[in-house]
Amino acid sequence: MQQFLNVTLTGLGQGAVYAAFALALVLIWRSTRVVNFAQGAMAMFTTYLALTVIEGGQSYWVGLVVALVAGLVLGAVIERLVIRPVEGGPELNAVIVTLGLFVALQALAAILFGSTFRSFPAPFDLRGFTVGGVNIAFTPNSIYIIVAVVVVMLALVALFRFTDLGLKMRAAAFSQEVSRLLGVPVGRMLTLGWALAAGVGSLSGLLIAGGSLVFPAYMDAVIVYGFVAAVLGGLDSPAGAVVGGLTIGLLLSYVSGYLGSELVALAALAILVAVLLVRPQGLFARTAARRV
Amino acid sequence: MSAGTLEISGLTTSYGPVTALDTVDITAERGQVTAVLGANGAGKSTLLRTISGLVRPAAGQVLLDGTDLTHAPAEAIARAGIAHVPEGRGVITELTVEENLRLGAMLGASRRRTERGLAQVYEMFPPLAQRRRHDAHVLSGGERQMLVIGRALLSGPDVLLLDEPSLGLAPRIVAQIFGLLRDLVDSDGVTVLLVEQNARSALSIADVGVVLNLGRVVARDAAAALAADDGLRHAYLGF
Repeated sequence: MQQFLNVTLTGLGQGAVYAAFALALVLIWRSTRVVNFAQGAMAMFTTYLALTVIEGGQSYWVGLVVALVAGLVLGAVIERLVIRPVEGGPELNAVIVTLGLFVALQALAAILFGSTFRSFPAPFDLRGFTVGGVNIAFTPNSIYIIVAVVVVMLALVALFRFTDLGLKMRAAAFSQEVSRLLGVPVGRMLTLGWALAAGVGSLSGLLIAGGSLVFPAYMDAVIVYGFVAAVLGGLDSPAGAVVGGLTIGLLLSYVSGYLGSELVALAALAILVAVLLVRPQGLFARTAARRV
Repeated sequence: MSAGTLEISGLTTSYGPVTALDTVDITAERGQVTAVLGANGAGKSTLLRTISGLVRPAAGQVLLDGTDLTHAPAEAIARAGIAHVPEGRGVITELTVEENLRLGAMLGASRRRTERGLAQVYEMFPPLAQRRRHDAHVLSGGERQMLVIGRALLSGPDVLLLDEPSLGLAPRIVAQIFGLLRDLVDSDGVTVLLVEQNARSALSIADVGVVLNLGRVVARDAAAALAADDGLRHAYLGF
């Protein structure tokens, strides 16, 4: 029973991070029909920027702000300079471009920050709470992670549901031509969408690094898990990304806890294959017809 | 010159080697419905798409009250007061009915004017009011047409470009929508450029008619005169 509780709580914390990462993928897919394979590398890069700031003597929170702002800027710049020119071309072009970006950012990070393991501080205690004299795997830092993800998600929901800007962004994502006819500056909305997505991606990179080690490839596994979560949720649905992320976090935690941690990556791929075989449109897709 | 005069001169648009629009001159006046008629492929939709900036012309000019909009981007043309209601696909089905309408109202309208405009559209089109919270993909063809017209009206346009508003609709609904259009033009004094294959219905509410064939203007006259011209009707209008 105690092990089940531990494994479940660990899974929820991990799942929150995967949910944020999957959400970043979904935001970009929805607006520009690009699966951003560079998302993990972008998050890794901004996490290194935060680490540089923190090691320079600033607090964790200054590092957090630096990472988020850097993520926003990086997303906007990449959309304008790298994605815009391949938009409207064959879909494979965008895939190759984001893969290239992924490799380039990782190499650049190794040059700038070195490729050795460096520890990243956690803002809160990493020792588990004690419940009835028993130590559980749930830490103050896990609560911070979950709260941070929930706050960002609520902020995004509020933006998209209740503001004119959010409505314009959704319109631009669903129908560029109609949006332009209604006076929506579609190009600016797409740039903003990439910026927001990269900001959310940066948050996930930073949260997963907290109390752990960073190196240029530390986000590689998260890309896979986040992608599986996004596909499980339907790629088009932000709510699906969140549910998918939590589901993947829990499932992988059970696999790790009961079957062995060496099976986690294999399990993630097995889930991906199963989803694609059984329900390729994902759990939350509006219509199968919209899938590409 | 009153606000809302749309002057098109020498407009030419090509898709690769194909000339879809060949030196077209049309002037649409405020308070009038100008019907653009012709068979499939005559260049009617291309005309509207070129005016609204979705397609770049090879030559010619589009002036709104003397302001040159020929090379402006589509979103700027929309903001200048030209509302293009595209054929069939203008509804964003993933958004709710009300969100679609609100998008139309965003062109610089204040909150209060938006709410009043929404109320007016719902009054004009009661089926939309019933479904305001539903995703727009539940709407029928006629309701979609109401939605896109209502949305265009919410932007407070000087010029309304309508592409085949009768397409796929029952005659009763066509009559209803065209009747509404006529009322609107008479009361608010907007300029309407109406593209239609359904020439008979279009001429029944139009003031002026222009007939396109293979991208060229082959006839222009008062709507009543066009409707009475048997030779023209048989040759180009199919009724």
